[in-house]
Order: sequence, then structure tokens, then C-alpha cells
Amino acid sequence: MTTNITKYSDAISETISIAMAEDDKVLCFGLGVTDPKEVFGTTQGLLQKFGPKRVFDTPCSENAMTGIGIGASMRSFKPIMTHQRLDFFLLAMDQLVNSAAKWHFMFGSQVSIPITIRLILGRGWGQGPTHAQNLQAWFAHIPGLKVVCPSNSADAKGLLMASIFDPNPVVFLEHRWLHNSTSEVPSGYYELPLGKANVVVNGTDLTIVTSSYMVSECLDAATYLQKEHNISCEVIDLRTIKPLDYETIFKSLEKTENILCVETSAGSFSVSSEIISRVMEEEHAQKKYKAGKISLPDMPEPTGYSLTKNYYNNADDVINKVLSMTNNYEITKPIIRHSLHHDIPGDWFKGPF
Amino acid sequence: MNIKNDITFEYSILRAMKKIRAVEEEIASRYSEGKMRCPTHLSIGQEAVPAVLSSFLDKDDLAVSTHRGHAHYLAKGGDLPAMIAEIYGKSTGCSKGKGGSMHLIDRSVGFMGTSAIVGNSIPIGVGLGFALQLEETKNLSVVYFGDGATEEGVYYECLNFAALHKLPVLFVCENNHYSVYSPKAVRQPLNRSISAVASAMGVKSFNLDGNNVVELIDKFSSLVTNIKNGGGPILVECETYRWREHCGPMFDDDLNYRPNKEIEGWRSRDPIKAYIEELMLTPAQIQAINNEIATEVNASFQFAEDSPFPDESEAMLGEFAK
Repeated sequence: MTTNITKYSDAISETISIAMAEDDKVLCFGLGVTDPKEVFGTTQGLLQKFGPKRVFDTPCSENAMTGIGIGASMRSFKPIMTHQRLDFFLLAMDQLVNSAAKWHFMFGSQVSIPITIRLILGRGWGQGPTHAQNLQAWFAHIPGLKVVCPSNSADAKGLLMASIFDPNPVVFLEHRWLHNSTSEVPSGYYELPLGKANVVVNGTDLTIVTSSYMVSECLDAATYLQKEHNISCEVIDLRTIKPLDYETIFKSLEKTENILCVETSAGSFSVSSEIISRVMEEEHAQKKYKAGKISLPDMPEPTGYSLTKNYYNNADDVINKVLSMTNNYEITKPIIRHSLHHDIPGDWFKGPF
Repeated sequence: MNIKNDITFEYSILRAMKKIRAVEEEIASRYSEGKMRCPTHLSIGQEAVPAVLSSFLDKDDLAVSTHRGHAHYLAKGGDLPAMIAEIYGKSTGCSKGKGGSMHLIDRSVGFMGTSAIVGNSIPIGVGLGFALQLEETKNLSVVYFGDGATEEGVYYECLNFAALHKLPVLFVCENNHYSVYSPKAVRQPLNRSISAVASAMGVKSFNLDGNNVVELIDKFSSLVTNIKNGGGPILVECETYRWREHCGPMFDDDLNYRPNKEIEGWRSRDPIKAYIEELMLTPAQIQAINNEIATEVNASFQFAEDSPFPDESEAMLGEFAK
């Protein structure tokens, strides 16, 4: 398989382009998809290739536009709808929860709703209380929705392709800090299965279950822990929050007997809580397994620079949590993260956010 | 076609109204048996609008509706036994027992679904219209809703999008003047009409007497043609009245939320009675229609009664499409 080093945001636009060429029922719309910035480059070139009937900007009407996508999908169109922040999409909860998630079930499986809803998650640079929420647990809580959260360019391509052609509504979560990341991406049509986690690193001492932006932080932490502390972490990238691949998690736990969940959302009532709860429901699990969780505080994200200093987690927090779970101690930070500023993905980053 | 002289056409409208009335009356009379175990919103008094409108639609035209959707479903040609079976929660129901009275669908006649949430099906109907436009068909999408839905934000979002893209959508607001027990006067300013606001939004709008079959025939005939010819979306505000309680089989006039004079006024304007007088039918002709409908309605209830419940395991199936 040929691959190209591809930026995450380019992988998104490339995937949409391939899907639209593959199937003329695929549509792409949302606020800004045809504007000069093309949603951080994720919709670049689509208007020129596929024309204004299939690629178009929309009114600021999140709820109606979601319903309109649902209606079109009942005529076998496959709309990809884009929102520059998840937080704007909250106005569309009625259409997401009462329509998209329900119409297949409540009409006795006579209609399906093949829509993909791209939501971008903000972080840092003063994104604040209403531009940085990852409400993945809300979406995963609703029967009838699939929830996907790719951590790298290749997964973004494979999972977005699968989401577009899945006959169900899919909430597709893109972390803004990943848009500039690069990785080897298979060229041409490429699909990954929804509901299947990826064991990124094999290990024997502890299983780290993570997703989205925190995967790269966990991978760096795992490398350091192996090298400096001889602790072998298995790192599982969930790829999909719903359906959730418990099989892969349980298989890993049989080996490691320790689980650390690391996520980009608030901790209470979270995906991590759900996974740990499910693990603990298993017979003998409570005696056998040790569980931990790294998440955001149960507080709105403050906007000011100083107040966000300890709000987010990075590889150093993962290292210390693993050390405390396995060896009962922590070490002084910074450990491997020495960025000048905590509110940007790296000192190279100049925005936009 | 000269509609005025086509008695078959007029007969079909009368028959459609009488069938809706008969079905709803039968539901009301049997509801206390406790076999129809779901919230049920009857359309008695509001039969004229869907009966007339549907006479200008074909099965490739689409429609969505609301919690009070029996009349829209039946007028569009929705399968009657399947609707009754659905209300009974049977496996032969139009939604296989998973939807109930508020979630009716019959794709074979273009009836695409109803919703229990106020305003919820409006964008879906607009999306269907958007799909029809993309498909370059000559069909249209009908979106039924009540006066309450015009207080939802999504309604204005939808008028805007339909106007912006000149969609083949007919917005049909059945203004029965009440949202449950709340009169329109406590919800919207006096002297501001729903149709005037829609006009200001860029959607051509008309205020119609929803109980006047003759007027409705005249208007719907040209409005449907207008949309099919690419004229863009249209809204009709049809004033009408629900005779019975908001939800359930009873009359609730003892609650005194509607003035007696108002109730009497609307009941004296029964669209079916008025249209029978208009057509000058003989008692024998009316009896023939009634008999035919009674046979159909009774057979439908019998079908529902005789049908099996879905297996309990069905509750755990159908979360996702394969």
C-alpha cells in the first residue's frame, strides 16, 4: 500500500474528496466550508471539484441544518456536516437526539440516517468555557449514535471514510490540536472499521486506554516509562467511543491487570468512568485489577492564561499517574514536556485556533 | 381539469374526510378498553386541510407531520390497518410496534414520518424538499405543523433556508389556536399573523379557512402547481379547531380553558357537514359512503386485534442500521 506523509487536516479534505468522487450522493455543508479558510483547510478544494450543489456554506442554523441533513439522508443522500467547534452544535441537540438517533429504531428500521457530523474540539489559547468542550460522553450515552475520535492522520482518513458510508448517524470528533499533526496515510480509498480499537504499543505492566489528542501524549509517556523506569505500558487508542471495543480492553487487562484511562473530557460521568465501571463489573475484577483515570477537572475551562496552567494534562501527568499506580511515587515536573507555553500544542504553533 | 364539475374528485375528498372522522371516532370509542396503550392525539374537526391537500399530491410527493398526525397519514394514503395495528403496539403496525400513534410512517405513499416533539419534523421535511430539489424531480415536500411549532426557533431557521434555496416545500400550519391548554394569546402577540411573519421571512404565505373545503380546493390546486413549477416554498396558515381534548379520546370542555361560545362557533362550522351540504348529496348517497367506510374501519380494528405483538426480544434490536 502506498502512503504519503499527510497532515491531519489534509487527510480530512482528501477523504471527503474521495468519498464525494466515489458516491455522488455524498454532500458536504456547514458554516464556512467554502469560505477562504475552508474550516482549517479541512474542506479545501471541494467546492471547485464538486460544485455548489454538493458543497455549500449554510446559515447559522445548527438545529435546522442537522434536521435538513437528516431529511436528505432519508432520500439516501450522505451529508457530511461540519461545525468549527462542538459547542456551537449544542443548539442541534433536538435533531441529534430526537431525530438522528431515533428515526431508524422508532420507525421499525424502515429508514436509516447516514449522516456524519464533524465537530472540532478546541483547547488552549483562551478557548474558554464554550469553545473547548468535548462532550463525547453525552453523545455516547444516546442509543443510535456512533461516536468516533481519531488520533492521527491515517485514522482520521480511515474512520471518516467509514463514518461517511456507515448507514447510521456518526458524531466525528476532531481535536483542533491534531489538525497540524502528520503521519503516514494510505493513498486512495481507505477505510477502518468503526467500533474497533487499536493497540498502538504492546506492553505487559499496565494498559493505558486513551483517545483523540491524548494518544500522542500517552505514547510519549509510554516510551519514557519503558526507557527510564522499565515499566511496560500497553497503549490502546479507542478510535471509536461508541460502539466501544471492550474486547480489546479486556484482552489487554488479562495480561496487565492495571488500567489507566486518559481522556480529553471532564472526569465525572465520563467515558473513562464508564470503562472502569464496566471493567469492575466483571467477576473478580475488583480484587484483581487496579484502575486509574486522567481527565479534566469537573469545571468549565477558564479563559485566562494563568488559570489554564493546571487545567489540561500532558505526557508528564500520564507518567506520574503510571508511576503512582505502579510504584507509589511521583516525580517533579516538567519531565519530558518543556514547552514554553502550556496553552499551545508546541512553540512552533502560531494559530489560528 | 375542471375540478368543480368532477364529482368523483369531490366525492374522494368527502370520503377522505369522513374516513378520518370515522377512524378517530372509533379510536375514541374503544380507547377506554385499554388496548391502545399510547398517547393519542385525535384530528376530529381538522380533517379538511389534509383531505383536500392530499387530493393534489401523488405518492412521490412527500410529507411529514406531528404528534397529531393520523389525518395527515390517512389522507396521504397511509395504510389504515397498519396505523391501527401500530396504535395497538402490534408487529404488523406501520412502525412494527416501536412507534405508536405519534410515530407513523408509510414510505410506499411518501408519508415519511411524524414526531412527538413540537417543531421536530419541520427541518426533516425541509431536508426532504432539499433532496427532491437535488434530485431535480417535480415533486414537493409537505410539512405539517401546528401554531405551537411557530414558536420554535427551528421553524424560523427552516423558513429561512427554504426561502434561500427556493425549495419545493409547502409549509402547512394548522392553527387550532391552542397548544395543549394554552391559548395562542398567551404565546404570541395579538394581531400578528403567522402567515405575515412567514411572508416577511421570504416565504409566500396565505391565510386560509381550514374548515372551508371549497376554498381549500381552490387554493391548494394552484399552490401545489406553483411549487411543482419551481416557484419556491409556500406557507399556508389554516385556521381550524380541535373538537376533543389535546391528548386522549374525551371532550375536555369542563376544564373551561376554551370559551363555550368559541367551541360552539367552531362546531357549527363542521367541515364535513358543510361540504355535504355544498355537494347536495342525498341521504342514500351519504349512507353508502358511511357503510363503505365503516366496513373498512371495522376490518382494520379487527386486523389490529388479531395481529401478534412483536416478540419481546425486538426491544433490543434495531439500534443501528446494518
